[in-house]
Amino acid sequence: MKVITGNRLLDGEVVWMGENGSWVELLSLAKILHEKNDVADAMALAKKSLDEQVMVDAYEIDVKEEDGRVVPVRLRELIRAAGPTTHPHLGKQARPTLV
Amino acid sequence: MYRYDEFDQDFVNQRTAQFTDQVRRRLAGELSEDEFKPLRLMNGLYLQLHAYMLRVAIPYGTLNGRQMRKLADISRKYDKSYGHFTTRQNIQFNWPKLEDTPAILEELAEVEMHAIQTSGNCIRNVTADHFAGAAADEIADPRPYAEILRQWSSLHPEFSFLPRKFKIAITGAPHDRAAVQVHDIGLQLARGEDGNIGFVVFVGGGLGRTPMIGRKVRDFLPEEDLLAYSEAILRVYNRYGRRDNKYKARIKILVHETGLEELKADIEAEFDKIRHGVLRLPDEEVRRIEAYFAPPPLEVLEVDDKGLEDRKASDAAFAQFCAHNLNPHRVPGHTSITISMKPIGGIPGDATDVQMDVIADLAERFAHDEIRISHEQNVILPHVALKDVPAIFDTLVAHGMAEGNAGLITDIIACPGMDYCALATARSIPVAQEISERFGNADRQAEVGELKIKISGCINACGHHHVGHIGILGLEKKGEEFYQITLGGSADEKSSIGKIVGRGFSSEKVVDAIETLVDTYLGLRAGKEETFLDAYRRVGEEPFKEALYGIS
Repeated sequence: MKVITGNRLLDGEVVWMGENGSWVELLSLAKILHEKNDVADAMALAKKSLDEQVMVDAYEIDVKEEDGRVVPVRLRELIRAAGPTTHPHLGKQARPTLV
Repeated sequence: MYRYDEFDQDFVNQRTAQFTDQVRRRLAGELSEDEFKPLRLMNGLYLQLHAYMLRVAIPYGTLNGRQMRKLADISRKYDKSYGHFTTRQNIQFNWPKLEDTPAILEELAEVEMHAIQTSGNCIRNVTADHFAGAAADEIADPRPYAEILRQWSSLHPEFSFLPRKFKIAITGAPHDRAAVQVHDIGLQLARGEDGNIGFVVFVGGGLGRTPMIGRKVRDFLPEEDLLAYSEAILRVYNRYGRRDNKYKARIKILVHETGLEELKADIEAEFDKIRHGVLRLPDEEVRRIEAYFAPPPLEVLEVDDKGLEDRKASDAAFAQFCAHNLNPHRVPGHTSITISMKPIGGIPGDATDVQMDVIADLAERFAHDEIRISHEQNVILPHVALKDVPAIFDTLVAHGMAEGNAGLITDIIACPGMDYCALATARSIPVAQEISERFGNADRQAEVGELKIKISGCINACGHHHVGHIGILGLEKKGEEFYQITLGGSADEKSSIGKIVGRGFSSEKVVDAIETLVDTYLGLRAGKEETFLDAYRRVGEEPFKEALYGIS
């Protein structure tokens, strides 16, 4: 299971690719990619976002299901998805909408 | 007080306008990220895990109340109401938007600040002893020389595209508080036989993945030769330094691969060609720059202040503060105060906007409007009358900055680690916080005495772990955080690189391991005067190894 992630150019915000090549601010809204072809297609869309100055960078990451939620496999990506572990009041973890 | 001159103001304004246009072109699609990245880095703008990060230069760690207040204001307006002081005496903002950075740079320029030379493969901003101009043991204030080097190096066409970054540190006292021996060039002020000022010169020190102590290339370099000799070193490095491998591109590798004697000969040969040219420093120019750093007029006062002594006798926390956070001042009746940015369980180097404003107020009211940032991530009020210490302490207490732990086990250096940094392999700050909690009791820390713990979240070593008395390096092993411990490092005039003590520890076990090391030290030290480092140097690693891993 994979998702595509990167940082938005204008504000550096961590985002993931959602439906139809859109970019979403919460991992729970990201489009889950199961097949190699899906990943390749999504990366082609991501490349377009780079060319159109929407994104700074884009790359694929491994995710897994845990208690019915999709979470990144690597700690680095977990921290990107939530915010600094040292500042629980900052980053996405501080948003009331975090699901 | 350090000030810009008209050349600097023009230069900074031009650079800000240039960067504003570069951001515009990036957003308009005229510049790709590959083209823009080196440009933004030249202006201190990185992209980290959660957001952009702007690193602002605080030259030689020196600033005044107005500048500190501006930093507080920027953190409120464009960031999340805090900043982070770094091991290079700078400040970092962790959440700015790309579109706001031109405005931030404009605001910084209003108070003679900028982000130039905080990144990229150039000569970075020079760092200096944080007690410069105040310390009792100082030969002379090193900052005028740092400023001369800065004026020479800013936009130096020959050295704007070096093989890799290049860091210079300078200290004016025999006791090195600026870690000069772990910089690309380290300068230690000295007096020659004729009484004139000059420098002991070290080259090729550095941390990162290949830590090395700088090698002495000159016992005494006369003041007038500072720029010519520096230029000679840079020329040799620029010509022979490796560009084929980023990890072997620092001058320390060149020193190592070429050999000291051959490299010294190369430097001297280059120096000989240019020493009588335009780079020879005229005496009047040094004196002119010195005036930029003129000390405030300080009246000689009573050394024993009754108010201070009475308060010490009745207030244990105040006594602890005085015992550890005051540094001897060259003028009797004065002191330099270390404001600890290491509250127990807190984040090393973080300051809120309110704290920054409070520091600015204190500097203006009590400290001749002078503030310093130390490479140990603390804030210094360099010129304070002893009689004013109680009032300052009370204000610090009210704002969570009064911990009397300077130089103690909870005065930890830690890089941002994986909580922020895109390069990190593990977190640093949570380990620092846990150690701080574990040893936070005032009596316990005082009993342990001087002990410098330094933590990095990857091998690039921004947290200086190699030169910690106890160093901690965070790595990733099979997807888990994993911490390697080194012992015996030091970054003063007797610098040494710490040695890995054995296999590493998980995040759950690493603080227990630190406690084992501290307990082992307490059990074997010759007396309270023998510091952890002295004891380690006397007995070696065996007792510590045995305590951690048992008898092999």
